[in-house]
Amino acid sequence: MPTSTTASSSNSPSPAEDLSTQEPSTREPSAQDPRASRVAALACGAIAIHIADIARRRGWPVDIHPLPPLLHNHPHRIAPEVEAHLGGLAAAYGKVVVAYADCGTYGALDEVCDRWGIARLQGLHCYDLFAGAERIEEWLADQPGTFFLTDFLVKSFDRTVWRELGLDRYPELRDDYFRHFTQVIWLAQDPAGELREEAERVAARLGLPLTVISTGDGALESALALLLAC
Amino acid sequence: MTREEILTGLYEQTLVGNGPEVLSLTEQGLGMGMEPSTLLFDALIPSLEEVGARFERGDFFVPEMLIAGRAMAGAMERLRPLLADTGVETIGKFLMGTVKGDVHDIGKNLVNIMLEGAGFEVIDLGVQVAPEKFVSAIEEHQPDIVGFSAFLTTTMPMFKANINALEKAGLRDQVIVMVGGAPVTQEYADAVGADGYAADASATVKRAKDLLAGKRALVGAGA
Repeated sequence: MPTSTTASSSNSPSPAEDLSTQEPSTREPSAQDPRASRVAALACGAIAIHIADIARRRGWPVDIHPLPPLLHNHPHRIAPEVEAHLGGLAAAYGKVVVAYADCGTYGALDEVCDRWGIARLQGLHCYDLFAGAERIEEWLADQPGTFFLTDFLVKSFDRTVWRELGLDRYPELRDDYFRHFTQVIWLAQDPAGELREEAERVAARLGLPLTVISTGDGALESALALLLAC
Repeated sequence: MTREEILTGLYEQTLVGNGPEVLSLTEQGLGMGMEPSTLLFDALIPSLEEVGARFERGDFFVPEMLIAGRAMAGAMERLRPLLADTGVETIGKFLMGTVKGDVHDIGKNLVNIMLEGAGFEVIDLGVQVAPEKFVSAIEEHQPDIVGFSAFLTTTMPMFKANINALEKAGLRDQVIVMVGGAPVTQEYADAVGADGYAADASATVKRAKDLLAGKRALVGAGA
């Protein structure tokens, strides 16, 4: 279900409508539908809450439609999943944007966006959106074995990383996955007490030193502003 | 325990990744006088092939592949010197490495396991392998195939740098070049001048065998 930034969420599309597919640009939104004057952001579930916060803060008329963050562990599914939702949203909203970076789709998401004439967030991963692509490149050039965390990944580490890698069942695989990693960098949107402790626990489980970089969500806000201006 | 039970046990325990049991059964089989090649070709390799098939069908995922691979690797540590002593020939020599600037090796390691299971001798140079290291390793080991692995779009360009280094060293025509990794496509492999590409571990084995057979046929024909 979408996350509306205003009280108009009762006008949000049903899940069935969300899942409808159609050819690009075959329907126009109804002028009577309040959503015709709003923007639908089809968002990665890992950053949807930040986008909702930013939109609320800025008063942007954006409804957030999050997709499951676990798609990230199967990036080949992201582009088809995004495309499956675009038809319903394009038919209902005045504007649709894709709040994903490339996210390991290696161009497949761009092909979908091009086909629909819809823009997406710039960058390769959400790390770029929080810290800037140049800084990420610098860190990786300095230490290729850098494992990045965001607040979402810190909070959901057990579910989205540990369990997905099978480490709950086969903890002996930890070094198979991480033996060449040398550090964890937490790109912290909110480096507060409890989350900091959790990030330290995550780094300890990986057997790696932790560096905390406070990023806030300002870079994402700028990227979102650019996206909405497209 | 009968010999048949040893083979069945090896097959089933490799499939579920029970490393200690696989090693124990290997020792028991050897203790009963079973040939190392029998243990390998009649139990371990078929089991790993089934692991690959289940992965292709979506019944197994990376953790299951890895745990089965680890189980087989434990047995191979024990069998490898015995196989060499008994003169079992490998079907080819495969030099493998993750390119410079990239530390990702899960996919590469899965490919290594599958290649070894298929009868290749695999020499793994590890991660962050610089072009000059590939060149010196090719000169030293004289492999039939060299594989470059990359997980990042930012490190894929090292494929071309590696191929350029092979050309500069006069080695390009001596070795088949295969490339792979999550962001790699057949189009990209073609663009950088690789001889082969495969999308996953099982496909890599098939492609490597085909490429090697093609090259040997050419050599045999005097081309």
